[in-house]
Amino acid sequence: MSDDLRDLYQDLILDHSKHPRNFAKPGQVNHEALGHNPLCGDRLALYLYVDDGNIIRDIGFQGSGCAISVASASMMTEMLKGKPVQEAEHLFDYMHAACTGGETNDATIDEDARDRIEALAGVRHYPMRVKCATLPWHTLQAALKDEQKVSTE
Amino acid sequence: MKMSERLEFPPEHNLAYDVDAYRADFPILAEKIHGKPLVYLDNAGSTQRPAQVTQAMVQFEAHAYANIHRGVHELSVRATERYEAARQTVARFLNAASRDEIVFTRGGTEAINLVAASWGRSQLRAGDEIILTTLEHHSNIVPWQMVAGATGAVIRVAPINDVGEVTVEAIAGLLSPRTRMVAFAHVSNALGTLLPAQRIITAIRAYEKKDQPIRVLIDGCQAVARMPVDVRALDVDFYAFSGHKLYGPTGIGVLYGKKALLNTMPPYQTGGGMIASVSFEGTSFAPPPGRFEAGTPAITQAVGLAAAIDYVTGIGLDRIAHYEDTLVRYALQKLTHIDGLTIIGADAQRAGVISFVMKNAHPHDVGTILDRQGVAVRAGHHCAQPLMEHLGVPATARASFGLYNTHEEVDALAQALHKVQEIFA
Repeated sequence: MSDDLRDLYQDLILDHSKHPRNFAKPGQVNHEALGHNPLCGDRLALYLYVDDGNIIRDIGFQGSGCAISVASASMMTEMLKGKPVQEAEHLFDYMHAACTGGETNDATIDEDARDRIEALAGVRHYPMRVKCATLPWHTLQAALKDEQKVSTE
Repeated sequence: MKMSERLEFPPEHNLAYDVDAYRADFPILAEKIHGKPLVYLDNAGSTQRPAQVTQAMVQFEAHAYANIHRGVHELSVRATERYEAARQTVARFLNAASRDEIVFTRGGTEAINLVAASWGRSQLRAGDEIILTTLEHHSNIVPWQMVAGATGAVIRVAPINDVGEVTVEAIAGLLSPRTRMVAFAHVSNALGTLLPAQRIITAIRAYEKKDQPIRVLIDGCQAVARMPVDVRALDVDFYAFSGHKLYGPTGIGVLYGKKALLNTMPPYQTGGGMIASVSFEGTSFAPPPGRFEAGTPAITQAVGLAAAIDYVTGIGLDRIAHYEDTLVRYALQKLTHIDGLTIIGADAQRAGVISFVMKNAHPHDVGTILDRQGVAVRAGHHCAQPLMEHLGVPATARASFGLYNTHEEVDALAQALHKVQEIFA
């Protein structure tokens, strides 16, 4: 594989796209949204269960999409399970900055999350693919705000 | 069935086709993409332009440009002559009866919108039926939905069969005393399926009553660059296409309409250039085609379109069709040997386009990996979401060929697809 393709399709990404984690609807759900990228046909349903203490107790997704969007969704669910909603918002900002070449100096983001997001941030060299990586995160925001649908184009 | 509907060719068309000479006319084909030679296989999206077209536009702008149909000065005269000559070139290209049957539009989309808005809103009544097909591009669906919404007309959809074809029977089976319009693509942009246009129209003409004519619109965007089109032989009422899929510029398209029909249609947009006289008591409109060309049109682009038509007719549409057919056959043969690759649609009735999906790799990933190897294809729903839904796929990858593509480029496509396999094995 040429080096720049390796940049995008890192082992971590390929692994998550082939074997997505939390790829199911959780038993208990109180927030959900459908993320749709009409241009490529990516369609992801995201489900969350947020408890009274504003902790994401459970999270899962279903749907179909390209390797980047599926891997991004899979890694996002892993990162968020058990985390406070507030932290999810920090992660969203960090993710967005990483994928679009912005500032990534938020010290509250732990190393594990940084590594995962760094793997996805290869998309910044592929302008047409940035929205693939960010679709699950936009869907997350919609779900937390109880907007039913989000579309990135 | 007519020759043009089956893409079969008599032996005399097997004359040498000098693809290298044609390639030399297209400067962009020498471009390197990510360090690799460009293999441009997105011709159904837009074709590249030969130097003859850009030069014609540059020459026109340098020596003859002004607004048309307005000034008495020399440049306005020159510009008007060139613009009207372009209309004549289009009329000849389609074998229209008169250049008055050629309306310049912004593109194929606007041409269809024009018919839907002008003919549709003035002619359709509640309960009238418009027949479309499953494989239409959004631009031949949404304008009809808009007019159906405004008039109470009903849209009926002719289904495709298992191999992606629209049969004559599929359309004939929907004809009813309420049918007013049948609109379909000559060639599907998403699958490359060639529709049996001639036989469809013959069936419609056999069904219609003299006092209840059925109008037929063909979306020819994918056809005009791939085969000869004769609107009079087809007996089609409206034929729409865009310049930029015919090796011409963007911003220009064509609506062919039978003169008697255009004469009865109200304006689509209004303003300058389309009136006979204006007063605050009332306005009378210019006859077609001027009636449908409000405002200053894309003058230079019309000149460019005429140059593009001269270019393809110089090579010969029948020869281009034959060459592209050998290329597509070769590509089908190559692609069939790639593990996990499924070709979508029929190959008996295919013109210039191969749509496919790959096991384990989403079309968007296929598109990115091919791009890094210099191979440009389209990945997505191809503005044909109802068709994708019908096929049960979210998207496909699409390789579409043009007059300048080569067998070596097909090899490069196949090789690049092996790379996809490698990554997503």
